[in-house]
Formats: sequence, structure tokens, C-alpha cells
Amino acid sequence: MDSQLLNPTSLKSRFTARFLRALTKINAPNPISSSSPTPREIFQRYRRIKVAADKSMAYSVRSRTTWSRATLSRLRTRSRHRRLASFGPRSSVTTAAVLKKTSSHGKENEGGLGVQAGELRELVPGGEAMDLCNLLDETAHYIKCLTTQVQVMKTIANLYSLE
Amino acid sequence: MSSRRSRQSSASVSRISDDQIIELVSKLRQLLPEIRNRRSDKVSASKVLQETCNYIRSLHREVDDLSERLSRLLATIDADSAEAAIIRSLIM
Repeated sequence: MDSQLLNPTSLKSRFTARFLRALTKINAPNPISSSSPTPREIFQRYRRIKVAADKSMAYSVRSRTTWSRATLSRLRTRSRHRRLASFGPRSSVTTAAVLKKTSSHGKENEGGLGVQAGELRELVPGGEAMDLCNLLDETAHYIKCLTTQVQVMKTIANLYSLE
Repeated sequence: MSSRRSRQSSASVSRISDDQIIELVSKLRQLLPEIRNRRSDKVSASKVLQETCNYIRSLHREVDDLSERLSRLLATIDADSAEAAIIRSLIM
């Protein structure tokens, strides 16, 4: 699969382009401190890279899946919270309440898969509100995207370690 | 197959048929690295879901580790020159 010419509209190339751009932006503000970053800087960078990876993937999928929409809305809420931190944590309570209300939707017919499905719901973004059919469908897509993400990140990391 | 018949509820919510679930579960099975290698057709749906959860967790961990690795490496590299090389090698 890796030896194919990169299709410019494929998920892999869309994610790669976005993620690389994000990495350049993350690296940019430190022209001087290249040789010995503090542990704190490294940790902040790690957080930003992780967010950039999840965000790049969710954006590359756009709104076509529930999980990508859930990821994007979660990222937006989190950055909004950070900016409004001084005003108090009101909105996080309402979000949790809304989620609880929708969580019982469509769960009557799960047969014997209820327990594992619950576990899966916590792992897939937005899983709490999906019925079993959609959950399985979204999970398959989510796994596909996660493996692409890992593949690209691994390639980039290996390249950087060779330089 | 170990999944029981779904109970016939009188709710107006659309009933998920067993066939749909079986089809989706087998689709998932194709994605899981371990189960795919086992030639038995008798993996239960609940095992597939369990393996799926484990697999997703391990993928999350890999993303975490790779992000950490990148955060250390990023500090020592000039991103502009590396970018072109990266894109070229991803394409090849």
C-alpha cells in the first residue's frame, strides 16, 4: 500500500498535508531554542502535536462521520474553555447533561452485545449517542483513520530521526 | 454465533436486524490484525467487540507515543528542509 503514488485527494494525503502544516506552525515560534528545550516546552509541544494530529484527521474527514464531528466540536469546546477559563466552568455541566439525555437513544435492541458496546462507546468519539448499527459502522471508519494517522506519524518520526 | 436474537420490542424505534449486526461485525473483524490471521470463522461477536476496544486503545497509545517522539525530534530540526524530503518519501 505504501508504494502507491499518493492520490492527492486520498485521506492519507489530505491528512499528511494538514498535519505537516501544523507541525511547521508548532515548530515556528522557537528560532533560538533549538538545542535545549525545557521539559515544559517539550510537554506543551507534545500536547499541541497530539491535538494537531487528531484535528488534522477530523478535518480531513470533514463532517462525513459522527465521530469526526464529535472530535471537532470537542476540540472547539476545549479551546473555548481555555480562553474563557477566567469566567468559570458553566458550559461543561450543560454539555454533560445533554449527552446524558441522548445516551439512552436506540439501545433497546442490542441483544447480547450491550456491555462491550458500552465500552466501545467510550472509545469512539460521539459514541454515546449512536445506536448499535451506527456505532459499528463508525468504529470501522474510525479504526481505518486511526491506522492511517499512526502510519503517517510513524513515517514522519522515522524521517526526522534520520536527519 | 453467540449473539442472541434481539428482543422484539414494541418501541417505534427501528429494529436492528441480526443480519445487519453480523455483517458489521464481520466487517470489523477484517480490520483487526489478530483475528484476521486466525482462520476460524467462529469468533463470537462479543469477542470481536472486545478485540476492537483493545485495538483502539492500543492505537491511541501509539498516537500518544508518536506525538511524544515528534515533540522531542521537532526541537532539533529545521522544518522547512525536512518537509520536502518527507513529502517526497511519502509519495514514493
